[in-house]
Amino acid sequence: MPTSTITFRETVSSIKVIPVDEVSLEARAASLATRSIKTTSKRAALHLAIRCMDLTTLEGADTPEKVASLCQKAKRPDPSNHGVPSVAAVCIYPEMVHHAVEATEGSNVKVASVAGAFPSGLSTIEARTADIADAVKRGADEIDIVLNRSAFLAGDEQRAFEEIVASKDACGKAHLKVILEVGELGSYDKIRQASVLAMAAGADFIKTSTGKIPQASSLPRVLCMAEAVRDFAQQTNISVGIKAAGGIRTAKQAWHYLVVIGETLGTEWLSPEMFRIGASSLLNDVLLQLNRLDSGSYSGPDYVTVD
Amino acid sequence: MGNSNFKDGSSLEDFGIEYAPAIESTSLVNIKDKYGLFIDGNFVDSSSGKSFKTLDPSTEKPLSVVTEASSDDVDRAVRSAGVSYEKYWKKMPGADRARYLFRIARHLQERAREFAVLETLDGGKPIKESRDVDLPLAAAHFFYHAGWADKLEYAFPQRKLEPHGVIGQIIPWNFPLLMAAWKLAPALACGNTVVLKPAETTPLTALLLAEVIRDVDLPPGVVNIVTGAGETGSAIVEHPEVDKLAFTGSTEVGKLIHRSAVKRNLPLTLELGGKAPHIIFEDAALDQAIEGVINGIFFNQGHVCCAGSRLLVQESIADYFIDRLQKRIELLRVGNPLDKNTDIGAINSLAQLERIDQLVKAGIDEGAEVFKPSCSLPENGYWYPPTVLTGVQQSHRVAREEIFGPVLVVQTFRTPEEALEKANNTPYGLSAGIWTEKGSLIHWMAERLRAGVIWANTFNKFDPTSPFGGYKESGFGREGGMQGLTAYLKNSGGHS
Repeated sequence: MPTSTITFRETVSSIKVIPVDEVSLEARAASLATRSIKTTSKRAALHLAIRCMDLTTLEGADTPEKVASLCQKAKRPDPSNHGVPSVAAVCIYPEMVHHAVEATEGSNVKVASVAGAFPSGLSTIEARTADIADAVKRGADEIDIVLNRSAFLAGDEQRAFEEIVASKDACGKAHLKVILEVGELGSYDKIRQASVLAMAAGADFIKTSTGKIPQASSLPRVLCMAEAVRDFAQQTNISVGIKAAGGIRTAKQAWHYLVVIGETLGTEWLSPEMFRIGASSLLNDVLLQLNRLDSGSYSGPDYVTVD
Repeated sequence: MGNSNFKDGSSLEDFGIEYAPAIESTSLVNIKDKYGLFIDGNFVDSSSGKSFKTLDPSTEKPLSVVTEASSDDVDRAVRSAGVSYEKYWKKMPGADRARYLFRIARHLQERAREFAVLETLDGGKPIKESRDVDLPLAAAHFFYHAGWADKLEYAFPQRKLEPHGVIGQIIPWNFPLLMAAWKLAPALACGNTVVLKPAETTPLTALLLAEVIRDVDLPPGVVNIVTGAGETGSAIVEHPEVDKLAFTGSTEVGKLIHRSAVKRNLPLTLELGGKAPHIIFEDAALDQAIEGVINGIFFNQGHVCCAGSRLLVQESIADYFIDRLQKRIELLRVGNPLDKNTDIGAINSLAQLERIDQLVKAGIDEGAEVFKPSCSLPENGYWYPPTVLTGVQQSHRVAREEIFGPVLVVQTFRTPEEALEKANNTPYGLSAGIWTEKGSLIHWMAERLRAGVIWANTFNKFDPTSPFGGYKESGFGREGGMQGLTAYLKNSGGHS
């Protein structure tokens, strides 16, 4: 296993993990979701949502053509409107990375690859780091791995921590996103602990979900992670990004997330460098809402491209 | 990517945490030029011809003219309530009384938006609070008490229950419609008739409620609503044919009413001021505790008798907690109460604004350090920014007197014993809040805190099923729950 200058004992144990009260956390998230986003704010929020989006396809049936189509959409989401920005990244399986690199060449769309025995993370750390290194070698800019929930829930936090350290080493220059799979952690306390553990182990981003189980991202879960990120930044001066993924399908959901991030972490986090939304069908709803702002009427699903 | 600009003036970088105005429409609300007194089922003029203006405190613009009830008018209202009690209400089966209460509740729900906008216009509270708190709770109080109307004998078995007769009720300006609901619903459910006086700065929603009461065909005189200030109130208190008094408001006025009622051995319930301790232990869920503290003191501009106005924070986390709290306060949006994103609205009246200002100045003179956020306040109207006073000692006026505004005083403690001692060392005892993840500590504190309502890991949560009321100078009697019914029934065995 690769060594790191960071040790579990020095980091996780020195960072205070604050308990979370479920009822009040959910009440706060619900209250932020009542923020009313109108006119100029709505347009700005929709554009920001696109700029922060990781357009995703993670299917066993993915093909090079499918990925090429996705990359085209990522670069120019609305072919009829050049004012619409491109998305942050495409998110795909390692096998598809070189196709995506080719298709996004010359654009500022990044290529993100899941790796490390996604979505369970349950193979040897050697196999997982090799998977990561391979995706990086194929040209991935960003690597999305999963937390070893098996070790974490069994109480072996040290192992979960050291595996992230090893994965970070395998990433080299690529950015590392660590998926906590919040729907499997069982409580907000565990989400907060896992957030701190991943950040201390060197994650550039912490991410909610794989999208492969029904319990995925939610506003209170992201709020819980954002509070951990905020305290971690204050204690260590290291700013870690957040990626919400799974179940985010409507423009309204997307701006609720922007509100939660903005009001918890501040405007510094409202950028693709610090916040991402992983989604597949969200983009078209955002485009429909943007068209509606421009034209005053709602067009319909046949006026955006299905990719 | 850069800053592309759009025709509406927005840019890609615009979405910070600044939101474009989202103003609730006032088109549903039809404010009349002048309102009469609601006596015997009709809107009538005053015998004296006197009237007064009610303002929008966020703009200082007059909204309407309201009739001032003279002692003759109060006499008319009390007599109407007396006749109606004998003629209709006393004889009516509980199930039939319930039907009227259910109808009022449903009308409140159907016209919720209209009521909420009017409440915000007349009182200055943010629309999100009148929409999400005042209106749903007001309707819930009528629904809940409608359920009791035909079950009173099961609530208090083996007792010869009887209504008091005519109830005089005087309510404050902080939750105008909700307090009317708290007072009217149990009184009517128990078979009493009522003369109710809303506060002089916020009469409009009570008068709209009078329209609802007329629309549901409640027998004339069962509810009478008289508007006016202190003189009108004292005419109700002194009236010889009033059988019971219920008052919510300041401790100062409560004491005067108590004196008058005691002389005549008149049943009385009082819900008065508070200076609630909000206690944060070092092991608490601190992010949620911050939200609890914010909600505890800045909800409704701090115009809340049970507001968590004294923050007691354990010394080991005090610096962290106060820093977090100040950063959170920077995010509060103060301004137009009709904006759906407004967190803190206008102070209810000039008199209240002056009182808040005077007390904060006294606090600073006594050595407290003041924190106010950088938010700007509108030019017109009555405004006070959310304020935190630190370095406050137990002997300071701001630690002892009720400010009734968006002002939090902060003290620290080292042990649970010390927290308890400081928390209880006040003439008031309406509410208290405890934040800790340790269940046994919650129970230990709750057993020893002398306050009528104790919230653990939450604050300012209300429900019609849960009794509310105070210890010591915060008053006596309970409102809500089965306990609240005893205030409106003879021989129930509870306080009435």
